[in-house]
Amino acid sequence: MTAQLLTFYLFSGVILISSLMVISTKNPVHSVLFLILSFLNAAGLFVILHAEFLAMILIIVYVGAVAVLFLFVVMMLDFKTSINKDNILQYIPIGILIGVVFIAELIIVLINTKFDLSNIQVLPNPLSDFTGKSNTEAIGSVLYTDYILYFQLSGVILLVAMIGSIVLTLREREGVKRQVVSEQLQRQGKIDLVDVKSGKGVDI
Amino acid sequence: MIELNQFLILSALLFAIGVIGIFLNRKNVIIILMSIEIILLSVNLNLISFSYFLNDLTGQIFSLFVLTVAAAEAAIGLAILVIYNRNAGSIEIEKINALKG
Repeated sequence: MTAQLLTFYLFSGVILISSLMVISTKNPVHSVLFLILSFLNAAGLFVILHAEFLAMILIIVYVGAVAVLFLFVVMMLDFKTSINKDNILQYIPIGILIGVVFIAELIIVLINTKFDLSNIQVLPNPLSDFTGKSNTEAIGSVLYTDYILYFQLSGVILLVAMIGSIVLTLREREGVKRQVVSEQLQRQGKIDLVDVKSGKGVDI
Repeated sequence: MIELNQFLILSALLFAIGVIGIFLNRKNVIIILMSIEIILLSVNLNLISFSYFLNDLTGQIFSLFVLTVAAAEAAIGLAILVIYNRNAGSIEIEKINALKG
């Protein structure tokens, strides 16, 4: 048991337990907090796999943005959940059945397969050029050259998501008085600019 | 030394936990969105472990794109959830039956 293996088991155990808690706790706030815990441990696993940049991105984007977004929504919305027990128990057998079948299939395949990675022909190996460089530098030099189209497309996806969520949640309220700057500036002839002498006052 | 299969089994377990979460949960949609995040996390783990063991950066690049799409999906899903809660007054899944499907 090397230290690396121990760390792997620690991280993966915490990930599994916390994601089980995510789907099983009653309180949605606790679910979000367990989701954050599971993301943090996944970032630890990414560091073990020498993907330091993605580990940091996972912490910044997921824990810093997505999980906080979840937390916002959970805390802002007032869930009036009326939970009756028998209704919940109704779905447990089918859920467990599907999950067990799925896990069994995948694990049978994985145990019976010994991946012989030396025989796999990888397309021009990008990592071999970057032996002396850091992970971030290597990703940058591949991402902005070979994958520039996909990079920009993902930017477009983010733009669409941003516009979509703003348009979805924007609502015009009736009967609200608000300032419209353009109309205000277009008023002609109704405004007098008066040069007021100091100490004299002005007649209106 | 850690083998590839350990990472793959971990990622399969995580994926299955996400799928079970989608089926098991009948209370609110937010838990389903979190289950989808767990599923995407397991996919990312898969891609990155193959990237490490094949000594190829492409997996990490793909994982970056998966992260992007997951963030966009979470934003839009939560926006839809907010307006649904505003219109219908509740986000219980059993009560979402406007299409009578």
